[in-house]
Amino acid sequence: MTNRPDAPSAETLAASPGGAPAGTPDGAAERRSWLRDHSELGVCVLLLALGVLVLTDVLTMDVDIAQRGPVGPRTVPLVVGAGLLAVAVLLAVDVLRGGRGEAESGEDVDLSEPADWRTVLLLAGVFLATAVLIEPLGFPVAGALLFWGAAFALGSRHHDRDPLIAAVLSFLTYAVFDKLLGVPLPGGPLMGVL
Amino acid sequence: MDALSSLLDGFATALTPVNLLWAVLGVLLGTAIGVLPGIGPAMAVALLLPVTYGLEPTGAFIMFAGIYYGAMFGGSTTSILLNTPGESAAVVAAMEGNPMAKAGRGAQALAAAAVGHFAGGMIGTILLVALAPAVADLAVDIGAPDYFAIMVLAFIAVTSVLGASRIRGLASLLIGLTLGLVGLDQMTGQQRLTFGSLQLADGVDVVIVAVGLFAIGEALWVAAHLRRTSGRPIPVGRPWLDRGDVRRTWKSWLRGPFIGFPFGAIPAGGAEIPTFLSYVTEKRLSKHKDEWGKGAIEGVAGPESAASASAAGTLVSMLTLGLPTTAVAAVMLAAFQQYGIQPGPLLFEREPDLVWGLIASLFVGMVLLLALNLPLAPLWAKLLRIPRPYLYAGILFFAAVGAYAVGGEVVDLVILLFIGLIGFGMRRYGLPVLPAVIGVILGPNAEQQLRRALQISDGSVTGLVDTPFSVTVYVVVLLILAWPLLKRFTGRGRAGRAGSGGVGGSGE
Repeated sequence: MTNRPDAPSAETLAASPGGAPAGTPDGAAERRSWLRDHSELGVCVLLLALGVLVLTDVLTMDVDIAQRGPVGPRTVPLVVGAGLLAVAVLLAVDVLRGGRGEAESGEDVDLSEPADWRTVLLLAGVFLATAVLIEPLGFPVAGALLFWGAAFALGSRHHDRDPLIAAVLSFLTYAVFDKLLGVPLPGGPLMGVL
Repeated sequence: MDALSSLLDGFATALTPVNLLWAVLGVLLGTAIGVLPGIGPAMAVALLLPVTYGLEPTGAFIMFAGIYYGAMFGGSTTSILLNTPGESAAVVAAMEGNPMAKAGRGAQALAAAAVGHFAGGMIGTILLVALAPAVADLAVDIGAPDYFAIMVLAFIAVTSVLGASRIRGLASLLIGLTLGLVGLDQMTGQQRLTFGSLQLADGVDVVIVAVGLFAIGEALWVAAHLRRTSGRPIPVGRPWLDRGDVRRTWKSWLRGPFIGFPFGAIPAGGAEIPTFLSYVTEKRLSKHKDEWGKGAIEGVAGPESAASASAAGTLVSMLTLGLPTTAVAAVMLAAFQQYGIQPGPLLFEREPDLVWGLIASLFVGMVLLLALNLPLAPLWAKLLRIPRPYLYAGILFFAAVGAYAVGGEVVDLVILLFIGLIGFGMRRYGLPVLPAVIGVILGPNAEQQLRRALQISDGSVTGLVDTPFSVTVYVVVLLILAWPLLKRFTGRGRAGRAGSGGVGGSGE
């Protein structure tokens, strides 16, 4: 009785990898397209993992320190962790039944084209590089590199205009935050020279 | 009239040169943000949260409110001239406004929208002045169980009313609550989800979560799907209305606020539903039914007026109860937390200068916006030509500034990128962003109120429902939860709201 509802899906899962002999292009392609169609299951896996993480943290918690009130520091994480597990399962059921999350649309978003992963990775790389460079180079330089790099990754190829805009924007922002608003940003060697 | 004299004091605060400057800056930024594609008021306020480190609260909130109202004004310009509304509040404006622009009546459409926003904002703010102190008085002695009930309402409303899928909304909320758990437990100092890291013991700053989900997530998402050929805005002259237009629209302007304001005050998704309702109402009442779909001016005037009034309604709930009903309100609530101010019934007693200065600045802002938008609309429309690489590079740039300014820590930039990637994944799989943000902002607070309430009742769960206020709120929660069942019985589909799955991304 209990394994009845999810029996077909479990079968599909097992059948696609095992049923078709490995190496058959048909079976592999079929499995790949099934996985692509159901890539949202990855979200369920992540939610499940997050839930397990939260619950593990709760269970390994040392709570002999003075607990004030009937509800200690474990109760809410316990509820959240259990909720995550439940949502992961419910979402998986929804996805296997054919439910799909709608990808978000927007003014500049064209969903008819496949995702451009190169740009996303480049942007993430540029951003991480900025994180590394902000302390040795200072904000004005690292910020300018971030803007220029991001604009380049997004397809801007004006090699005269881009760095100029980046430098002006970065320097002005530094001046406004550091001098006007009193939010300190590292000046770096360049500001030391100026 | 107590409220009236407080309001006059508020004007004294709002009209000081410094605060006037913040109001001007706010409405300028807001209009620009509304016009610019891909960047909504919630993201804008999130990106500006770092100014709270250097600015006194009154000025900051005057600026934030200017951005909120300004983005409403600017958003309709994009809808009318480009027909690609990015903010859900502006969807309806495109339905009649864009055909008008195509037929060479863009100037009239812009004017009808601008005056509509002005009328809606004014009437909405007057209602705010009349109602907010009364609501605050009613709620003034609410305690821990009531606060907890309000937060439960916020959680349920944000996951159930917004977006297309409840389960995805709930997943998003739980992600937010989990992020909110990271750090030291406020009551016992117990480390939770810190994995022994000192950095994480302070918790993940709300600014970083909001900027990561709204700004980085959005920029990466757009980058992955950037439209290479963006539409061309329809050129337009200076907005104006002739006598016939005014005769057709004045009633629509006045009707809109009474639809928009109540919907703004309840957690029902901000301006999206009231603008649509106003559109339907105007269509039914119109004497020019043949023009609908081809550019009926009432279809611009009414909904735009409703949109601005809903912003005023949102402020009622946010200021008097601490209940955020839209993404912008949620981020503004985070700003209040940055200052250590708790919005709620006591706000009017404890921070009268701030609240009334803020409310008075709304009136000032509306006048400024009308003056800026009527003559300058063609100029604002030029913003639509900004090269997209600069726009999204700029968003990443300011996101980095904001996250770094939080504590001057490099690790914050890495956390920011990580949360941005979560935001990217959420957009890809249709998990709305707003529940996560509300979860982070309200989660820790809700836990504290829950524990306080149970401490008072000595662990008995009845302690959560022992006041009329909390019982009322839980009844509302149950109604929201039962709504899909009720709707099935009445047989009304959700066709009208189809395509609203991704609300809460760049905000409404």
